[in-house]
Amino acid sequence: MSFDPIFFQDELLPALNRGLMVSLALIIPASIIGFILGVVLGCTRTYGSAFLKKMGDAFTALVRGVPLAIQLMFIYYALPKLGIYFEPYGAALISFIICTSAYQSEYVRGALLSIRKGQIQAAKALGFTPLKIILWIIIPQAARRALPGCGNEIIYLIKYSSLAYLVTCMELMGEGKVVASDTFRFMEVFLVVGLYYLCMVSIATILLHWLEKKASIPGFRPR
Amino acid sequence: MNDQAILTVQDISLRVGDKTILSNCSLSLHKGELKVLIGPSGAGKSTFLQCINVLTVPDTGSIFLEGREVMTKNAKELCLYRTKVGMIFQDFKLFDHLTAIDNVAIALRKVRGKSREEARKRAIEELARVNLSDQANLYPAQLSGGQKQRVAFARALAMDPLVLLLDEPTSALDPELVGEVLAVIRDLAAHGMTMIMATHQMDFIRAISSEIIFMEQGHIVEQGPPEALLGDTAQSRTKQFYNSLATV
Repeated sequence: MSFDPIFFQDELLPALNRGLMVSLALIIPASIIGFILGVVLGCTRTYGSAFLKKMGDAFTALVRGVPLAIQLMFIYYALPKLGIYFEPYGAALISFIICTSAYQSEYVRGALLSIRKGQIQAAKALGFTPLKIILWIIIPQAARRALPGCGNEIIYLIKYSSLAYLVTCMELMGEGKVVASDTFRFMEVFLVVGLYYLCMVSIATILLHWLEKKASIPGFRPR
Repeated sequence: MNDQAILTVQDISLRVGDKTILSNCSLSLHKGELKVLIGPSGAGKSTFLQCINVLTVPDTGSIFLEGREVMTKNAKELCLYRTKVGMIFQDFKLFDHLTAIDNVAIALRKVRGKSREEARKRAIEELARVNLSDQANLYPAQLSGGQKQRVAFARALAMDPLVLLLDEPTSALDPELVGEVLAVIRDLAAHGMTMIMATHQMDFIRAISSEIIFMEQGHIVEQGPPEALLGDTAQSRTKQFYNSLATV
């Protein structure tokens, strides 16, 4: 095995860069929408009515309990039998949003439960309504506590987005696999694909650290 | 009931399991009065205060503010009532994620609906009143206990409460910080603020309170002006308690 710049320049990198764009198109919306849904779900599971709590818990148990690969395949291959069709990209995006929101809700729930009772009492004593307590006292505190966990989930998402190739969504992993099968250069291809993921994760880590620092408040640290 | 009373609570009772926490506790407050709740720990003083602004929901009892019964089951009415009855806690309970000035301003903005500028202006005034103008932009974790409690006073006073409930406001403070908080309370009393305070600061009580309410095991055992309960010739349960504290 010798280093072949032509292969890198003409075949591998263009394919991987194409795949990278698809990966980013999966990761960025899935992490944003998944996070927002996770906050809603986490609040529902913590403060909702008994029925809503049960529904939220059941959803989370189902999503966390079934391998993501199966969820993906179910959405892409099984739902069409019920007349529900998705493009590969759409199937992957929906499945990632569902998965990441369930995990995010768990981090959010933990953070909500960690808010000291006295904070809520003090707000009640000032005449805050329950909704205003959640919006102005609990969420600003819980968001800071949840940030490390939620960031961790985004980093997982970056990596499990590689499963999208299972439903023929040609993202980074899919493009790499095609090049590898065509050229039998498995060593180079998977090393470079791995490096791409490592770079994405490193950039996300730096951004999350920056965000944590920016949101930090003296004496108020995630516990 | 007396038409003059600002706040009247009648027959507040609370049981948890088969333990009686409060048994038919009543009191009535007139404008400018400072009534003091004393008694051994576990007597129900804090719970009584919490029941007065319904942070703890009593089993029975009624509350009248300025002669009108407060429908505490009605969420909207309860919130409105609480804006008029300020509360000071033993452990301050400042909002950890907000600076001193925002701790004072947030309820003005989110509960009273004032603009950011209006709320800030009022918060600056209230912080100046408790001598904390220089600490306005510090977070709770950067303040001493006495400073935190003074921010808590500013936060409660910014809502222009009719009555202030004080739950052992100096108990969590280092001894050298008690004075600065008592000074705030003395100043409020001098300006006619109506207050109910649970406390163990006996000498302070003697000097400043209009009435002492002595509680034990969830009952109001006796009540009266300090000179009647603590005077040289008094034979009260309160006096016994006072002497037992003095001998320790």
